[in-house]
Amino acid sequence: MTSIAKPPVRHPSSRTNGLGFVLRDYEGAMSTLCAGCGHDSVTAALVQTAWELDLEPHRVAKMSGIGCSSKTTAYFMKQSHGFNSVHGRMPSVTSGAAAANRDLTYIGISGDGDSLSIGLGQMSHAIRRGVNMLYVLENNGVYGLTKGQFSAAADIGSTSKKGEANQQPPIDPVLLALTLGVSFVARSFSGDKKQLVPILKAGISHKGFALVDVISPCVSFNDHEGSTKSYKFTREHEVESVHTDFVALRREITIPETQEDVSVVQMHDGTSVRLRATAPDYDPTDRESAYAHVRACQARGEIATGLLFIDESKRDMHDFMNTIPTPLVDVPFEKLSPGKAALEKLMDRYR
Amino acid sequence: MAVTDVSDPRYYHKVVDCQWACPAHTNVPGYLRLIAQGRYDDSYLLNRESNVFPGILGRTCDRPCEPACRRGRVEDTPVAICRLKRVAADHRGDISDRLPKAPLIKNGKRVALVGAGPSALTVANDLLPLGYDVTIYEKNVQPGGLMRVNIPAFRLPAQVLDEECGYIIDMGATVKYGTTVESLSSLLGEGYDAVYVGSGAPKGKELDIPGRWDAPDQVHIGIEWLANIHFKHSETIEPRVIIIGVGNTAMDCCRTAKRVGAKDVKVIARRGRKHFKASPWELEDAEEEHVEIIENHAPKRFVVEHGKLVGMEFERLQWTTDATGRETSTVLETRLIPCDTVILAIGQDNAFPFIERDIGMAFDAKGMPVVDKTTHQSTRPEVFFGGDAAWGPQNIIWAVAHGHAAAISIDAHCQGRSVSERPPVGMTLVSAKVGMHSWAYENDYDASKRSKMQHEDLTKRFSGIGVEVELGFTAEQAATEVQRCLNCDIQTHFTAPLCIECDACVDVCPTNCLTITTNSSPIDELRTRLSAPALNLAQEIFVSPALPQTKRVMVKDEDVCLHCGLCAERCPTAAWDMRTFDLKLAYAGLIDGQVTR
Ligand SMILES: Cc1ncc(C[n+]2csc(CCOP(=O)(O)OP(=O)(O)O)c2C)c(N)n1
Ligand code: SF4
Ligand code: SF4
Ligand code: SF4
Repeated sequence: MTSIAKPPVRHPSSRTNGLGFVLRDYEGAMSTLCAGCGHDSVTAALVQTAWELDLEPHRVAKMSGIGCSSKTTAYFMKQSHGFNSVHGRMPSVTSGAAAANRDLTYIGISGDGDSLSIGLGQMSHAIRRGVNMLYVLENNGVYGLTKGQFSAAADIGSTSKKGEANQQPPIDPVLLALTLGVSFVARSFSGDKKQLVPILKAGISHKGFALVDVISPCVSFNDHEGSTKSYKFTREHEVESVHTDFVALRREITIPETQEDVSVVQMHDGTSVRLRATAPDYDPTDRESAYAHVRACQARGEIATGLLFIDESKRDMHDFMNTIPTPLVDVPFEKLSPGKAALEKLMDRYR
Repeated sequence: MAVTDVSDPRYYHKVVDCQWACPAHTNVPGYLRLIAQGRYDDSYLLNRESNVFPGILGRTCDRPCEPACRRGRVEDTPVAICRLKRVAADHRGDISDRLPKAPLIKNGKRVALVGAGPSALTVANDLLPLGYDVTIYEKNVQPGGLMRVNIPAFRLPAQVLDEECGYIIDMGATVKYGTTVESLSSLLGEGYDAVYVGSGAPKGKELDIPGRWDAPDQVHIGIEWLANIHFKHSETIEPRVIIIGVGNTAMDCCRTAKRVGAKDVKVIARRGRKHFKASPWELEDAEEEHVEIIENHAPKRFVVEHGKLVGMEFERLQWTTDATGRETSTVLETRLIPCDTVILAIGQDNAFPFIERDIGMAFDAKGMPVVDKTTHQSTRPEVFFGGDAAWGPQNIIWAVAHGHAAAISIDAHCQGRSVSERPPVGMTLVSAKVGMHSWAYENDYDASKRSKMQHEDLTKRFSGIGVEVELGFTAEQAATEVQRCLNCDIQTHFTAPLCIECDACVDVCPTNCLTITTNSSPIDELRTRLSAPALNLAQEIFVSPALPQTKRVMVKDEDVCLHCGLCAERCPTAAWDMRTFDLKLAYAGLIDGQVTR
């Protein structure tokens, strides 16, 4: 924890992005999380992502629930909109916001406790509905904010800081999301920004629900020998399923056609994701094999990371619900609330 | 890239940019922190350990430390290091009982010093506490050398000189004032164990162009003229004065001329402003006093009519840079500038009329004695040189540095040790951690701008030659200015086995100094792929041993580190620590910080 503010000094060779901002313009308040918390690395990755994507801060809404993880939204893009909802309710609040204004970029940040325990139903329905958002699940296997109880993501046999072993089977958010028909799901590690940043960029650019499960060690309650969500364990058991690199259109690096192990996935907004299978037979567009791969890794005690599944053809919430493209704030009041006469007329149809 | 060896004091010394750039390696951040705490006496004495004239140099130093200051890279202006030195000197109390003392029992060795200028006085300062019997030969009736006769009193008041020269002489040096050494051979004949020549570069350069000798009374050599004014041999000057040359002596001449009656003073430079030798602040002060500085004019002849100098002819030049970067000039026109007096300030030469050429001392082709760059020893083993006398004119702080180095040699020579075996430079490194998130220094970044020096107003300034122009910092200014220092001596110290590679330090660093990366490439390539490219090649890059989990390395670009300690505050395992670095310089009789005899 840092008691002093980060000085407003600029590195003399800081580069600016397409909007003329430097990286530091995407920072937020000083973090109050424990020193070394994986969540802070995720914050840094989000700062990098937003800067590289030239996101306009005032066009972004940061949504969260409760938990150390949910505090993340305060620590990046201080100029953006934000809503810190109650425990586990971030997905429904985001669904509402997205329904009212589809022009914003929604970044939801949650924890494994927030998402997989109290908020499990909420998250499931947001996936089902295909809310167009980036959903970052900062997964540390514990309830960090309430001092280290097992969460629903804790593995069987993984121990608490005091040594007690967990008995109950974990919920794997990736498998759950695949079953619920998610259109984008990835897993990464807070200690591997090289992999995490492109995934976050792809998730934001994806039209539809994009879940990114990030193993994010809790240094205070879950970075010990018996933990399966520690820095050391994750580094030793991580298998990269696909090498992910994100190239926004205006800075695209073209690679020779002959490099067959790279598949380019075209995004709706014109940007693309390049996928390089480290396992040559891995196909991130096939839901069944994605599911099988994650299960197989799990059986071997490994953690599958990378962009695990993507389907760019799916419809999102707005398509399902046939909403109007205009954000509700821009719809004239008379149209939003046509008045008593219009209501009467409508009611007449049912009489 | 090889792992950085931080046990070598040079690595951390280089991080303290100001201390590295200072010829005497003064502990700048150390004395600035003492000022911040209001401990002026301690600050003055810490300064004096390496820089024996804090009050004098706080007014006159050429400040090689300031362009090096890291603060100047973080924003544009460096810490006002020099002015703060003066703050400690001005505000100190009576420190006489804390100054070094000479022992009552002498060590039986006799050393003669030629000249009582800054370098010789430094030698005396270092040798007297060791029990040496020191005799100084000084041609003037007061000590100080060029500091007294060539630097005008409006920049350096006599009382400041008296005090600081006095601290040294009062330790028990015998000074033979008004005594010019006429023969080194007979001086050696007096049985001294060593002789130190610190007689400066007392000969001003001539400008031998047509007309030079036609009206000799109206043409002066800068340093001689300044001395004449100092000794009151002459007290006035004609109204229109031309100064040739644009170094600090020229600035002293033009400003002095303004004070003794000149109305129209022009300083003429052969080249453009970026080539001027004078310190920028001296140029600024001169211009503030309405001295006109004319660029790109080459002197062609003195114009003398009926035995009287009436002006000088110049060729107005245009300089162009060719493809190889060499500048060449073309003459645009010839121009007469009327004047009554010309002062030549185009440099100084050494002169050793008192050294016989047959006493076994080698001289080079330019007539300079052959002197070893490290030991200051000449080819006559008991004769040492330093200050401007050694290798030509430099600034005062260099003379002080020479004095310290020569004193080590003189001590070694007199004690029968080898002069080339230099005592090692050491360091201490102590954690600055005093609590969970508190440090033994102020790690908060202060965004204040550099404080402006207050100047005496123009009319008052010209009321007397001894009216000091710079008024020093006010208490508030000093307090703000010290906080601008980035405490570069509080080093970021890394212990690789403790790192869990959580990235917290990398993410929190406000200037992107840190990177965790694979270490396979040469340093040039590594520099390009750090969090922010390390473009300043003059600054070192720290490379740690392999980290425990992934065998990657922690790399730190020292260039713009604020020493804010955020990396150390963030690190969950204390792999980063902020440690106070204290460079232990070698002085005569001081080895590893201990007086050996
Ligand atoms: C309705 C409700 N129930 C319980 C809590 C107590 N509580 C606060 S944070 C938290 C767990 C958070 O865990 P997780 O989402 O994994 O976040 P972490 O702190 O581990 O990052 C709980 C149970 C609460 N704030 N509100
Ligand atoms: S910031 Fe302070 S310590 Fe650093 S170089 Fe400047 S004066 Fe020296
Ligand atoms: S002290 Fe640490 S955090 Fe601060 S600038 Fe230096 S490396 Fe960065
Ligand atoms: S904060 Fe400490 S443990 Fe984490 S990467 Fe930096 S040095 Fe290593």
